[in-house]
Amino acid sequence: MSTLNSSNIKTLEFDVLVIGGGGSGMRTSLELAKSGLKTAVVSKVFPTRSHTVSAQGGITCAIASADPQDDWRWHMYDTVKGSDYIGDQDAIEYMCSEGPKAVFELEHMGLPFSRTENGRIYQRPFGGQSKDFGKGGQASRTCAAADRTGHALLHTLYQNNVKEGSNFLNEWFAVDLVLNKLKEVTGVVAFSIESGEVAYLKAQATVLATGGAGRIYSSTTNALINTGDGLGMALRAGIPAQDMEMWQFHPTGIYGAGSLVTEGCRGEGGYLINKDGERFMERYAPNAKDLAGRDVVARSMVLEILEGRGCGENKDHVFLKLDHLGADVLNAKLPGICELSKTFAAVDPVYEPIPVVPTCHYMMGGTPTNVHGQAFKISSSNNDYIPGLFSVGEAACVSVHGANRLGGNSLLDLVVFGRAAGLHINEALKSGGGVADADKDDIDGALHSLNKLNESTSGHEVSSVKRELQEVMQNYFGVFRRGDYMEKGVSALSDIREKIDNLHLQDKSAAFNTNRVEAIELQNLFEVAEATAISSLQRTESRGAHAREDYPDRDDENWLCHSLYDPTSKSLGKRKVNFEPKQVDAFPPKIRTY
Amino acid sequence: MISINIYRYNPEKDQFPYMQTYKFEQPKRDIMVLELLNQLKEKDPTISYRRSCREGVCGSDGMNINGKNGLACITPLSSVIKKNKLDLRPLPGLPVIRDLVVDMTEFYAQYEKIKPFLQNDTPVDIGERLQSPEDRDKLDGLYECILCACCSTSCPSFWWNPDKFVGPAALLQAYRFIADSRDTQTAERLQNLSDPFSVYRCHGIMNCVAVCPKGLNPNEAIGEIKSMLLKNKQKKSNIIASTVSTSN
Repeated sequence: MSTLNSSNIKTLEFDVLVIGGGGSGMRTSLELAKSGLKTAVVSKVFPTRSHTVSAQGGITCAIASADPQDDWRWHMYDTVKGSDYIGDQDAIEYMCSEGPKAVFELEHMGLPFSRTENGRIYQRPFGGQSKDFGKGGQASRTCAAADRTGHALLHTLYQNNVKEGSNFLNEWFAVDLVLNKLKEVTGVVAFSIESGEVAYLKAQATVLATGGAGRIYSSTTNALINTGDGLGMALRAGIPAQDMEMWQFHPTGIYGAGSLVTEGCRGEGGYLINKDGERFMERYAPNAKDLAGRDVVARSMVLEILEGRGCGENKDHVFLKLDHLGADVLNAKLPGICELSKTFAAVDPVYEPIPVVPTCHYMMGGTPTNVHGQAFKISSSNNDYIPGLFSVGEAACVSVHGANRLGGNSLLDLVVFGRAAGLHINEALKSGGGVADADKDDIDGALHSLNKLNESTSGHEVSSVKRELQEVMQNYFGVFRRGDYMEKGVSALSDIREKIDNLHLQDKSAAFNTNRVEAIELQNLFEVAEATAISSLQRTESRGAHAREDYPDRDDENWLCHSLYDPTSKSLGKRKVNFEPKQVDAFPPKIRTY
Repeated sequence: MISINIYRYNPEKDQFPYMQTYKFEQPKRDIMVLELLNQLKEKDPTISYRRSCREGVCGSDGMNINGKNGLACITPLSSVIKKNKLDLRPLPGLPVIRDLVVDMTEFYAQYEKIKPFLQNDTPVDIGERLQSPEDRDKLDGLYECILCACCSTSCPSFWWNPDKFVGPAALLQAYRFIADSRDTQTAERLQNLSDPFSVYRCHGIMNCVAVCPKGLNPNEAIGEIKSMLLKNKQKKSNIIASTVSTSN
C-alpha cells in the first residue's frame, strides 16, 4: 500500500460532520436534517449498534407524571448535589429546564414509553432523587420504557433520522482531526471499513459524539466499541480534556461478565445484601439506602468485600436481591434484566439474587464545552473556543455530571445537548460562521499515524498491549485510589506509550479490516487512559467518584474546580466551575450525605 | 481440543470462500461463542466479524452457528457444540463482504421501505400523547427488535426475493407501527403491503420464530397484517357490492 497523502485520497465536502451515531450524534443530526445544511453522520457501526442501546433504566426528567408537583428545580438541586458541586450550574439548569420538552418530543417521535394508568409516561425512582430540594423524600423522576429505554430511544432517533432523510456514512472510521494553520478544525481523515478507502471529510463544523471509553478498564459495562475515539483524536491534536479523573463505577455490573444491571432494580424495590444477608446500605446511607449516589453505593460495596463480608467462594462480590418483588413486577418492569441474569449469571432473579460488583460504567470527563457544544481550548481565560469543533454526549464535558453522574441523566444529556449543538451550528453557519481551508501539509499530518500503522513491519501486538493497558487502569485507578499506587500506574503507562507508538498491524488488507480498526481504537484508549491517570494522581482530594485513601476529604479550598488536562505538556490545570444559573439562585456547596 | 471451522473469504486474495479450522482448548467454564471468536482473533487477527455490545442488545454479531442463525454473544458454546465441532458461517442469503461480515444493504432497505417511524400529524398542545397501559402492551414483543437479521436471513422467501419480500424483521416493525394507538397511517401502511410480494411471500414456515434471539414472533405479526389486509379487502368488496346494488 502506498503512503497516503492529500493528493492521493479523495475529499468529501460537507457543512457539518457528526462523528458518532449514538444518541447524542443522532439528536444533533436530526436537528440539522431540516436545516438545509449538508450533514453527514460518520459512524463506525450501523447507528443502532451504538452503546446508547444498552441504557436500561430510563431518562430522568421532571415531567410531573408520577408527582404532579414535581419541579425541574428539584431535579437541578439533585444533579448539582450528585455532581459533588463541580457540575456547571448554567448547564445543569439548561438540561433540567429544557428536559421536559426533550422528553415529550421523544414521545411524539414514537418512543414506546411505559405508561401509568392515566396514560402518561411511567416514571420510576432512581438513586440520588429527591423532592423539594432534598427535604421531601425520594422522588420518582426517571421516565422508562420497561428496562430497555436506551434501545427504545436509540431506535426512535434512528427512525426519525430515516424519516427526515439524514445522510449516514455507516461503518466509516474517523482516524484523526484535521486542523489548519489557525488551529481551526476543518474535518477528519477517515476510512470506509467496508472498502478500506481513505478520504478527507471536510466540514465547517465537526461534532465529536463518540461516546465513552470504558474499555480502558478490564471490567466495564461498556460495549466493545467504547474506545474514546473522539477524545483520542482531540488529545492527539493537543485539545484539552476536563475532569478525566471522574469515572463512574456502576454498583451493579454482573459479576464476571460486566453487563449492566439497571439501578431501576433498586428503584423498583430491590436491594443489596452481603454474605450474612444483611441489607448493608442501611448502615452507609441511612436515608436513601440503596438509592444513594452511585459513587456512595459502589464504595460501600467495595468496603463490604474488603472487610470480608463479600459473597461467593472468594467473597469478592455481593448480591442484588429482587425475588421479593415477585414474578409479575419483574416480568413487567424488568424483563431485560431477567433475560441478562439468566444468560450471564445463570440465575433467575424471580428465585435467586444476582451476583454483582462495581463496574466501570461512565466517563464524566471529556472535551470541555459550553451548552452549545462549542469546545474550549486552553487559554488564560479558559473560555476561548476552538473554531470548528463541537462535542456532545458522553464524549463531552459540558459539565452536567461533575464528579458523579446521577442515573438517568445521561440519556437526558444526549438529547438536550445534541439538540442544542444542532441549533447553534445551524445559526452560526447561516450567519457566516465557518473555518478557513486546511493546507495539504495539514491533511498529510493527520494521515501520519494511519500511514505509520499501515507501514509497520514489526512491533507490538494489539491484543496484548490492550490487555496490559486495561490491567494497569483496573489495578491502579479503580474505585479507591492511592498516590503511591497511581504513581506506579503512571510509570507503567509511560512504558506502554512506547508500545502504542510501535504497534504492528499484521493484517494490511483493505476490506473490512477489523485489525486496523482495533489498532487505532487502542491508540485512542491509551490517550484517554493517560489523561485519566495524570488527572487522578494530581487531584489531591476525594470528591464524587474520585476517592483517594491518602486524601479522604473533599477540599473545596483547592479543588472546587474542574481539572483541565493539557495533552501537550501532560500537565493538569484548573477551570472554574460555573455557579451562575440564569433563572434560579446557585446552589452553594454543602456536605454531601444521603 | 475442539475444532472451530470458520468461513473465510477476503475479496482481495480469495477467489472462493473456504472453511478454516482452528483447534481450541476446551474452556474450563462455559463461554459465549463471541468470546471464543475474540480469543481466536487474538491469535489470528485477520478473522473479521462485527461485534459491539456483547450482551445481545445491539444486534451486530448475528451469524450462522452450527447451522442455525443466532447472536454469538449470547449463545453459550455448550449449547451449540456437537461432537467437539463448531461451524461458524455468515448469515445466509446476503452477499459476503469478508469472513463472517455480510452486506446488509438489502435488509436495511426493506426496513426503510415500511416507513419505520411514527406518523401522526395532529399537533399536541402540551405534554405527551396519552396511551393506555393496555394499548402500550400491544407494542410488547414488537418494539424490542434489534435488527440483527437472524430471522430474515433464515427465511427462504427472503433468500428468493430480498428485493420484493419485506422479510420478517421489517414486517414485525411494520406491525409495530400499525399496532401503535398513536399512529394514524394504518390504512396507508396496509396499502403499501398489499402487493403479491411484500407480505404474501410469507408461507408461515416459522424459521423466523425459531431463530429470533430476542424470543419475538414475526410470524404472528405477519398473520395480523394478513388478516387486516383481508378484512380491508372484504370491506372494499362490500362497498363495491353495495354501490353496484344501489346503482341497479
